[in-house]
Amino acid sequence: MALLNRTAVHEGDLYGAVGEFNDENELMEAIAQIRRQGYSKLEAYTPFPIHGIDDALGNKPSKLGWFVVCCGLTGATAAATFLWWTSAVDYPIVVGGKPLFAFTYSIPIMFELMILLSAFGSLYGMLGVNRLPRLYHPIFNYTNADRINDDGFVLAIEAEDPQFDAEECVRVLESAGAVNAEVVAK
Amino acid sequence: MADLATVIREECNPPMLEGEMSYHDITEQISSITEWKKAPRAWWIMISFTGTLLLLLLTMLTYLVSRGIGVWGNNSPVGWAWDITNFVWWIGIGHAGTLISAILFLLRQKWRTAINRAAEAMTIFAVACAAIFPLFHTGRPWRAVYWLFPIPNTYLHMWQNYKSPLEWDVFAVSTYGTVSILFWYTGLIPDLATLRDRSAPGLRKIIYGVLALGWRGASTHWKHYEKAYMILAGISTPLVLSVHTIVSFDFAVSVIPGWHTTIFPPYFVAGAVFSGFAMVMTLLILSRWALGLENIITIRHLELMNKVILATGTIVGYAYATEFFIAWYSGDTYERFTFLNRIAGPYWWAWWTMTICNCVIPQFFWIKKMRRNIAVMFIISITTNIGMWFERFVIIVLSLHRDFMPSAWGYFKPTLVDIGTYLGTFGLFLTLYLLFVRFLPMIAISEVKGTLSAQRHVDHIYEHYLEAHAAEAQESHGIA
Repeated sequence: MALLNRTAVHEGDLYGAVGEFNDENELMEAIAQIRRQGYSKLEAYTPFPIHGIDDALGNKPSKLGWFVVCCGLTGATAAATFLWWTSAVDYPIVVGGKPLFAFTYSIPIMFELMILLSAFGSLYGMLGVNRLPRLYHPIFNYTNADRINDDGFVLAIEAEDPQFDAEECVRVLESAGAVNAEVVAK
Repeated sequence: MADLATVIREECNPPMLEGEMSYHDITEQISSITEWKKAPRAWWIMISFTGTLLLLLLTMLTYLVSRGIGVWGNNSPVGWAWDITNFVWWIGIGHAGTLISAILFLLRQKWRTAINRAAEAMTIFAVACAAIFPLFHTGRPWRAVYWLFPIPNTYLHMWQNYKSPLEWDVFAVSTYGTVSILFWYTGLIPDLATLRDRSAPGLRKIIYGVLALGWRGASTHWKHYEKAYMILAGISTPLVLSVHTIVSFDFAVSVIPGWHTTIFPPYFVAGAVFSGFAMVMTLLILSRWALGLENIITIRHLELMNKVILATGTIVGYAYATEFFIAWYSGDTYERFTFLNRIAGPYWWAWWTMTICNCVIPQFFWIKKMRRNIAVMFIISITTNIGMWFERFVIIVLSLHRDFMPSAWGYFKPTLVDIGTYLGTFGLFLTLYLLFVRFLPMIAISEVKGTLSAQRHVDHIYEHYLEAHAAEAQESHGIA
């Protein structure tokens, strides 16, 4: 039974078919089952990360690490360059008989800036690839969207899926064990 | 046979939560603390008390700025005294939070999920308290910004001395504070979304909604989120080790007897973890009792923390012994004198307090009954922090007050402003902690659920195994 909780009429106005599962195991089984039927545009919404779900959904591993490595290298290089420029070029002054610039004494600050930029890179990089902050997302139109961050294990077959057919997808979800399966508007 | 298997199962996969709990129960129990319509009277009494201490801090700092740092007891030969002692003490306390959230995460110690949020919050508040001292001991904090950070200005017309460990410390501590906040916030995002979804439309929903950044728990998001979290844990681990290492360089790179030693970095880091765990323990014992979280922060969690306290406390004791041995073995007159002066000089009571609190008292934790006794661990958590404060006092004041020239010896006494400022930082620390408990989930909701899920998964495997073997046993021996 397809329930539209918004007055969406055209297929283009749909986010997809969404259903809820009792726990993570049922969700994982449903993902495998639905993917076997040829659906590829699936998205799961869960209160905590589920081990193995990326393989089940066919998500590629995150490449965030490479971005963070670049941030870290930028931090270390910027620190070394800055220390060299300030103490050996812009204002050369001998303190304690030490050389104007040396790699050894730059290590602590290079290290700290490497960490600092990596940390910003991890958080902002994560938000960036996830397109967050975001004010609106159609999944919040789902009746039980409020339970996702509580104990709802929600699976969506997105309308972008080439096989997508609203009524059919709701049936597919229900036969995989979903409760409250419905079509969700964009 | 089955009994043995059950025992093995409980040993290998001990429950993290007491009692049967569903995911919803976890959400409910932890979120409900932040959803009090009105805070209980006890909370108001506590925050009035800590708020008063906070006002004391503001008064003391205002007085210090208006009169100059002469209002503290620091004077030649003891140029660094309570200010730096308090700085090192607070920053050390902060280390436990990062250790719990980062190092225990990398070591896959799942029990950390019950305590990491509160410990991380405590880290941030402790770093805030620590930062007050170096900032205000400059006397003119608004100008100190130009002395500490390389901000182009027309006031100094020069750059910082990057060869100095004190300057390294500026970078270490400010990076540490920033990264701790980022790490804490990253962990909070899913839980803020939980609070947002639970709130009725209104201001509360808007605030949590803005803070949650539109988090919706999509698995493609969790994928990047877990990666980011792991990277943050990975970089915080060397960071936390570097911070206290660099703090110890402030001393080790000088030529003062008692400071000029290569053992300082590991010794300071162990001491930091030791005192930090003790502070987490003090706060958690009170919080779990006051908020009824005994089923999530179980005795087992506290016992594991006590083991860390025992281990790091023993490392600290070993470091003290090594210092004494090296002082004797070096044959250096000044070095030997400094250490004899610690035991039997005018500040003998400080050294003995430190040694008894840090080396003797935590050794009670070898006994299982003591590790699991709330009263015992509460007392030991307090004595540990007293001991660790005295450790910094011993290192700083006792090394400075009698150095090379007897004609330049002196005796440091704190003033009322010293004492008031120190007490005042407790006001800041505890007020922030109380606000945190009131408005943010003090236990990582999504992480506890993840741990429960993993637990159930392993339990399931054990059950299958036991069933299979029960059938086998029945077949071969005919046991019903």
